[in-house]
Amino acid sequence: MHEMSVAQNIVDIVRQYVPAAQAPGVTSVRVRVGSLSGIVPESLDFCFGALVAGTDLSRARLDIEHVPTVCVCRECGARFEPEALIFFCPSCGGGRAQLVSGSDLQVVHVELDDDPRGAPAPAAN
Amino acid sequence: MPVITIERKVLAKNDEIAQQNRDLFARHGLFVFNLVSSPGAGKTSLLERTLETLRDRLRIAVVEGDVQTDFDAQRVARYGVPVVQIVTNGGCHLEARLVQDALAAIALPELDVLVIENVGNLVCPANYDLGEALKVVLVSTPEGDDKPLKYPGMFRNASVLVINKVDLLPYVPCDLAALRRNALQINPALRVFETSCTTKAGIPEWCEWIAAQSSRRP
Repeated sequence: MHEMSVAQNIVDIVRQYVPAAQAPGVTSVRVRVGSLSGIVPESLDFCFGALVAGTDLSRARLDIEHVPTVCVCRECGARFEPEALIFFCPSCGGGRAQLVSGSDLQVVHVELDDDPRGAPAPAAN
Repeated sequence: MPVITIERKVLAKNDEIAQQNRDLFARHGLFVFNLVSSPGAGKTSLLERTLETLRDRLRIAVVEGDVQTDFDAQRVARYGVPVVQIVTNGGCHLEARLVQDALAAIALPELDVLVIENVGNLVCPANYDLGEALKVVLVSTPEGDDKPLKYPGMFRNASVLVINKVDLLPYVPCDLAALRRNALQINPALRVFETSCTTKAGIPEWCEWIAAQSSRRP
């Protein structure tokens, strides 16, 4: 539901880390999206595209890495991917599982053209 | 292909401001909770009953979040407590920055408890830390006993569950035991209260809990 503001955060973070002169060379932005993050990947992709269109980041595509929900049972130590959000251990039935991953929502890295100078100049407006 | 490593949480900025809010609350010894529910579950009604009960014992202020109107702030203001309305203009949740801005209008040193009433929504507010000590999720019996299973993120991130409108149980298809069981399956650590803002059932227990949380603060 709030993918647009999340996409805006991603664009802001990219601009913070990528020098302005290199922005046109950015071809992909890798983000890690956990299944518990509440983010709909298709919607995030759409919002990101809308935000960068017509800007110096217009060549950037979102590269979404899906992170499954993984728990570790505090009782028997088994590692498992819970069904839905009910964190019962399938090995021992214990209800005290610790979340290891799944709530991730991170910008991992950006990829640029080998030679950003070769990239087409942003359209003048 | 050149790569610039970033490894930064998308909501890092929100988390930083939330931490600033949390530090500020700690400095003033404030107990702060973030009240979340779907629209119409009774957040503001619960606050009204709470203020009625506790306003002579505790100094309470309220931050109200709504998509439009200051109706809720008007309701709360009748109890003579400081209240700030945040209108999100379509925004589906409160963010730490909005709360930080709202705090400027509240005299924090003169308070014991601050309640942040979030926008009615069981999805997005789960993911935004505002700097609160804990989240209280409210669910009302007419919504049905399957709510925790349909919106697990919120129930997992909350510390307290208030089941409201228990006076309607004879009239609505909601199995109270199933509702509790479903919520505790998602989050076995939930502290559960059952309330009715109409009959005031359960309100004293809920208010005692708030008072106890507040007195545990330095």
